[in-house]
Amino acid sequence: MRHTISVLVENKFGVLARVAGLFSARGYNIASLAVSETLDPSISYMTIVVEVKDESILEQIMKQLNKLIDVITVTDFTKKEHADRELVLVKVDYSAKEKAKLDSVVKKYAAKIIQCNDDNVIIEAVGEQTQIKELLETLNKFGIQELIRTGRIAMAY
Amino acid sequence: MNGAQILIECLKREGVKAIFGYPGGQVLPLFDKLYDSDIRFILVRHEQGAAHAADGYARATGKPGVCIATSGPGATNLVTGIANAYMDSIPMIAITGQVKTFLIGNDAFQEADVTGITRPITKHNFLVKDVKDLARTMREAFYIATTGRPGPVVIDVPSDVQLAECEFKWPETVDIRSYNPTYQGHPGQIKKAAKLIADAKKPIIYAGGGVITSGASEELKELVVKLNAPITWTLMGIGSFPSDHELSLGMLGMHGTAYANHSIMESDLIIAVGARFDDRVTGRLDAFAPHAKIIHIDIDPSSISKNVKVDVPIVGDAKMILGELLKEIKKIPDTTEWLKTVKAWKDKHPMQYKQDGLLKPQYVIEQLYELTKGDCIITTEVGQNQMWAAQWYKYKNPRTFISSGGLGTMGFGFPAAMGAKIACPDKLVVDIAGDGSIQMNIQELGTCICNKINVKVFILNNGYLGMVRQWQELFYKKRYSHVCITSPDFVKLAESYGAVGIRVTKKEEVRPALERAIAEDNVVFVDFVVEPEENVYPMVPAGEAINRIIGGLA
Repeated sequence: MRHTISVLVENKFGVLARVAGLFSARGYNIASLAVSETLDPSISYMTIVVEVKDESILEQIMKQLNKLIDVITVTDFTKKEHADRELVLVKVDYSAKEKAKLDSVVKKYAAKIIQCNDDNVIIEAVGEQTQIKELLETLNKFGIQELIRTGRIAMAY
Repeated sequence: MNGAQILIECLKREGVKAIFGYPGGQVLPLFDKLYDSDIRFILVRHEQGAAHAADGYARATGKPGVCIATSGPGATNLVTGIANAYMDSIPMIAITGQVKTFLIGNDAFQEADVTGITRPITKHNFLVKDVKDLARTMREAFYIATTGRPGPVVIDVPSDVQLAECEFKWPETVDIRSYNPTYQGHPGQIKKAAKLIADAKKPIIYAGGGVITSGASEELKELVVKLNAPITWTLMGIGSFPSDHELSLGMLGMHGTAYANHSIMESDLIIAVGARFDDRVTGRLDAFAPHAKIIHIDIDPSSISKNVKVDVPIVGDAKMILGELLKEIKKIPDTTEWLKTVKAWKDKHPMQYKQDGLLKPQYVIEQLYELTKGDCIITTEVGQNQMWAAQWYKYKNPRTFISSGGLGTMGFGFPAAMGAKIACPDKLVVDIAGDGSIQMNIQELGTCICNKINVKVFILNNGYLGMVRQWQELFYKKRYSHVCITSPDFVKLAESYGAVGIRVTKKEEVRPALERAIAEDNVVFVDFVVEPEENVYPMVPAGEAINRIIGGLA
């Protein structure tokens, strides 16, 4: 099962390596990872999506993260009400005759066309995992040339 | 003050009395200031020796051991010793030189990414890029190394930072917002534990190194006596409880006593104190102690329910929690029947070995006990020598058995003995070694002689890498692949350094040789030429349930 955990860490060099090293040394899998500074510049916020077979492994991951000196708090969002989002940039084939169709898709998913080239467009979309998945399935019919996604970020209610 | 002076001032204020180390290009400023310092500096012959000596010093005293090495190869030579301290939760401070800050990342001469290399084998590490951070970093390093579950901390200091000047400011307090170890046990959990104890019929206490770290031996003894329950311990728990006590079952696990293993397997309540259910202890996990409820006292939350599912976890300091638990226990189980069963196992499977043929290694250790009666610090190398030292000497006090438990580092015992002897100059310190292990850090003979560190090294010389040979005999059809090892003439070798060398080949020579070795005011190597193919028994093959004991007389 996939779990979203957030980790507040000291904003120092090497902290990301400590967190990433912990996952690789103990054989845990990171599905996605997003890191950024918080309002307090001395603290960074990491959102990590992990894939685990059972709860005991998740428990170990949380305990091991907590054990790192530079980790301030660890929260598992699975048991908490929260909002989560990810951002994708998709480069899709574009031809004038399909413009109307593409526009309606973009509108439906509250996405944006941020760059129009001769034969492709770059679409930006923000949403929950399921929405993004649906959007990508729809866009696939137009022909996806390139895809970049940020990884999930989450915030408790 | 410059950075080097600040480093030394911090070491002084932390109460450091001895440092083990080796100089080099990137610690020249530091060594220049060490020249004027009154802290005792022990120049080792290899940095690995410095790390193990600092580790041995820490194990003998409970105070952090300190070692220093230069950048690059100096630092990488410390790595095994740091990993060793990490696995056994030993407080240690390793200070390494680093290339100048502006050269970092340039593949400069003798540059290695030391914080990168040591990240997974330290409790924490620091690269100090600004001299203004140095005093605070040192303070935090000692605090982290010695509190909670202790461990090694590396401080990597570029040589230009050692030379940079700044005003010395000693932080009176340490406050790390992200690091707050728990010491007090949760009262609700302690109540639950007391209730489990009241309902138990076949309780057993399982003690680990945490008892020694926390200084909880008195409380542990009180618990054992109060419950009238048998106690067993891990390799790291040796010395936490007197071996000659009637409720003691000795060590459990792969080379534990048969009666300890049977007892824990048949128990209905395990009270684990500062132990971590390591695979060498539990054997096959799904078959381990099937009828037992488990109370687990440990300061590290991540040790709880890592390997074995626990019924009542109590996170905190063993000494404090045992104190509270003792107050909370109102109803004491009747263990009369249980102790009878345990006694029957003791009678049926006593610890024994065949007294025939050539000199037996077990006999040497028994004789050492007869002579010293537990008043001695014993360090070990790793392998058969270590297991025999664990099995056949009766330890009575904490910090008298010093051995590489988690990492299993051959070459640990000799430099660790050196560290222990520096820490406890009035104690007899003995390294029980094998002919293989002793050769891994034998260069430290030079250090011992130069600094008059009169440790005694008893080599159980069987001509083999004995433990590997034993496994090849038992599990690889006696195909002895690269385990026959030649040694120098240890007597002549010792003498060439100015130490005393003695060779023993017969049983009757053992006692006089031990007596002489102890009496000599010098470093002594005794080469005990023992039965080449003697095995360590009892033994549980890796991956088997721990009551599936094979071989020997047990």
